[in-house]
Amino acid sequence: MKTIYLDNNATTRVAPEVLEEMLPCFSELYGNPSSMYGFAEQVEKKLREARSKVASLLGASPNEIIFTSCGTESDSTAICAAIQSAPEKKHIITSRVEHPAVKNLCEHLSRNGYRITFVPVDARGMLDMDYFYRHLSDDTAIVSIMWANNETGVIFPVEEMAGALKEKDIVFHTDAVQAVGKIPIDMNEVDIDMLSLSGHKLHAPKGVGVLYVRKGTKFSPFLIGGHQEHGRRGGTENTASIIGLGRACELAAEHMKEENTRIKALRDRLESELLNRIPHSEINGDPAYRLPNTTSIGFEYIEGEAILLMMNELGICASSGSACTSGSLEPSHVLRAMGVPFTSAHGTIRFSLSIYNTDEEVDFVIEKLPPIIKRLREMSPFWNKGAEK
Amino acid sequence: MWEYTDKVKEHFLNPRNVGEIKDADGLGEAGSMACGDALKLTFKLDESGNKIADAKFQTFGCASAIASSSAITEMLKGLTLEEAEKITNDDIAQYLGGLPKEKMHCSVLGRDALEKAILCYRGDAEKKTEGEIVCECFGVTDLEIQRVIKENHLSDIEMVTNYVKAGGGCGKCHEKIQDIIDKILGKEQPAKKKPVKLTNIQKIRLVEETLEREIKPSLKQDGGNIELVDVDGNTVFVKLLGTCATCSVSQITLKDYVEKKLRELVTPELVVEEVGS
Repeated sequence: MKTIYLDNNATTRVAPEVLEEMLPCFSELYGNPSSMYGFAEQVEKKLREARSKVASLLGASPNEIIFTSCGTESDSTAICAAIQSAPEKKHIITSRVEHPAVKNLCEHLSRNGYRITFVPVDARGMLDMDYFYRHLSDDTAIVSIMWANNETGVIFPVEEMAGALKEKDIVFHTDAVQAVGKIPIDMNEVDIDMLSLSGHKLHAPKGVGVLYVRKGTKFSPFLIGGHQEHGRRGGTENTASIIGLGRACELAAEHMKEENTRIKALRDRLESELLNRIPHSEINGDPAYRLPNTTSIGFEYIEGEAILLMMNELGICASSGSACTSGSLEPSHVLRAMGVPFTSAHGTIRFSLSIYNTDEEVDFVIEKLPPIIKRLREMSPFWNKGAEK
Repeated sequence: MWEYTDKVKEHFLNPRNVGEIKDADGLGEAGSMACGDALKLTFKLDESGNKIADAKFQTFGCASAIASSSAITEMLKGLTLEEAEKITNDDIAQYLGGLPKEKMHCSVLGRDALEKAILCYRGDAEKKTEGEIVCECFGVTDLEIQRVIKENHLSDIEMVTNYVKAGGGCGKCHEKIQDIIDKILGKEQPAKKKPVKLTNIQKIRLVEETLEREIKPSLKQDGGNIELVDVDGNTVFVKLLGTCATCSVSQITLKDYVEKKLRELVTPELVVEEVGS
């Protein structure tokens, strides 16, 4: 059975070009970049090149790039650095729809003396900007708002928010894990102080991330140890993955146009065909401000895990906002924050595409999903009642 | 991904008896849309009125909810109502070769709908949800929690959540659920099993722990206190402090309370001796 992978916001396949770049690091290029001989120097050189490539994708300078082990480490480092640099401040602003990497850390900090403001979103998943402005205070140490939401793909006005903090002594951090590689980002053009990204969301392997720290931003390391990353992140470099990430960033820049034309068109076709063919279904998130690759669709009166497992029988991979798949009992915090009704939240499926998806794959899903939805609805005690409305 | 048994997968992909019997003898509904799963179960008796001739289900829910529903309709056919009544949630799970622990609530859903369907047939008004709501997120009462703990020998909050969802939302009710568990376990297992033979270190630690947790707090209520001086074999040497040091009944406190408590919670051979200040 062919796998149709439409879950690229969860993780992506490692690009063949990336793998090719990495393979020597597992064999002949095993030197420690810190060592003082030519054999290791060639690895160090590749590391430097990778740093430049990452910086180039972000419009940053190489010494603003810190390699980490994952997006979560980048987020934790950013937030902890900001609050340690301003120990007198006890307030953090974030949103209600952050990834657990930020959300759970903030909840943890709220039990340890910090006051957290969670900016709400409206029914379309857009941030309440008035609420954000109203809650900024002299006590605010950091604002951490994701660039784009992983579940709905909704893009947040991080440029505007960061700009508003420019004259204030407040750090602005963004979790850009879903945005990097999908939409153009240029750190020269924005006032963002720190930005997190994760390798495996843009066709590099799992286990490598980046924290961008703007020059001049107060910083303190999260992993304390050796002199690596100029003492800002101890630990021997994950050379293979970092070198792979460098290549992946190069590819992302090359594919940016395709991502925003062909992939966007594919996503739009998938979405509109499914909405046409399946009554009582709707998009979650503002269609005008979304990542080009993501669609979140609520299919009313049925439950997401059942949809996923029936798609699984056909080799289709996607994810769900339903409770049952996550192991928790409530539907996703993002959908709840948006006030998506239970009729739809439990039956929400997210499709997220990449440059490896084809027209044929989308055709297949358009053909196969409607009968699955129909079948599950026929089993549902709410379907007849609900559809009569 | 969940580890579902082949039988769960099979019943999910090819569910038996989907639908609603129009002139059903019994109809039971359990769960709700908000809770994420719901089951509507109908059955019909044979002409003699003795046995269940047919059963059908409609389910909103995940794979294991659909499989559990399908299973229960298969299990019911050919049973008398008295036999059907005896089906437990565990029977449903067993029929499917087991369910992931996080999904046990799907089997409880099946049992609940079955009970309601039988009540419906007998014309008994559906029992009003008695008891007090403990978990507000999922509307679960203390009686429902007590029942599931007893029937399935549950011992912690996570298990209760897996079986009836209580505590799986905001988490505010965790303390109440723990109280219910403690009460039930306290009743059914009066003596906590102690290690057969304690090493010296274990014994000393346990004595310290018991003093800190059990004895000191209650002495402190009366302004007294106690300090562990030494443990030699089975003799525990303590120093009484505060009001205890000058209290005329301190020896009674020592023997009737401190020694008794230590014997109960550490080892029955202990003797407590006071060391003069």
